[in-house]
Amino acid sequence: MNIIEFLSQPWHWSISGLMISFVMFLLIYLGQRFGVSSSYDALCTMGGAGKFIDYFNVDWKKRDWLLVFGLGAIIGGGIGISFFGSPLPVQVSEATVTDLQNLGVMVPTTIEEGRGFIPHDIMNFEALASLQGILLMVVGGFFIGFGTRYAGGCTSGHAITGLSNLQLPSLVAVIGFFIGGLISTFVLLPMILG
Amino acid sequence: MRLLKFLMVGILFGIVMTKSEAVSWFRIQEMFRFQAFHMYGIIGVAVVTGAVMHFMMKKGQFKNNNGEVIRFADKPKTYIASIIGGTSFGLGWALTGACPGPLYTLLGHGYWIVLVVIGSALLGAMVYGGLRSRLPH
Repeated sequence: MNIIEFLSQPWHWSISGLMISFVMFLLIYLGQRFGVSSSYDALCTMGGAGKFIDYFNVDWKKRDWLLVFGLGAIIGGGIGISFFGSPLPVQVSEATVTDLQNLGVMVPTTIEEGRGFIPHDIMNFEALASLQGILLMVVGGFFIGFGTRYAGGCTSGHAITGLSNLQLPSLVAVIGFFIGGLISTFVLLPMILG
Repeated sequence: MRLLKFLMVGILFGIVMTKSEAVSWFRIQEMFRFQAFHMYGIIGVAVVTGAVMHFMMKKGQFKNNNGEVIRFADKPKTYIASIIGGTSFGLGWALTGACPGPLYTLLGHGYWIVLVVIGSALLGAMVYGGLRSRLPH
């Protein structure tokens, strides 16, 4: 097995966790912090939202590093599938496959059917013409932006940086992530997809 | 030069998000259904090793790349914002199957539909910014 074949397997969770910790370390070493959702504020400011809303009336150049980091995350995604793409779609547990199929969601079994990154049959441009698609993508996206800015962080800022720095507000936020996630998974999704 | 370093770290992050499968809507569903350890393992290892790193950096008075002693700011103790905002993000996380970092990475995979989710997230951020003074924190 050469290095490319080795890296092309899905990584074990312990390797992935270590690498995320390493990314956090690199950002701290470079004088910043790990928190991706702050980039939404910077994008709103760049787009001129500061003219109407004081909250965005700040110097976005202080967050230019984060926008460049986001650009890197896009490029890294391209590199990740182009050079180290897995030969099989994401293999979730049997129980999850059964649950999702019962909801009518197609779970890809071959790479031709999809990488298993997004659910293609319910997330696509045609689906935007339906209430189901609007709820999943537009309302779902709205909740992400509104919620992460209200809570002051997302998975990177609260669940990883905040918890590892023993911040109580972050623990409260992570509990919120799960309250919301469980409501969506067990109440909203069955209603939306039903 | 300064920004080039952040670009490199971002690229590393994008590769990690891809190979960890944290970008997967299906993995997020599996996590919220408690049907595999995968996502808990990733976040758990990142938090535990991160906690050791924070502890050592606080004890050691290390300097960063700019020669300044590394300090860590506490998160503001706005618990109402944490719980309501956190719940809102959780609702969106499970519906879209993505958090802010993976949304960027999915664009790099060529899934342009994700632009709709990002655009909606920016709208959500803007609404928060507009309502901020009237919301409990």
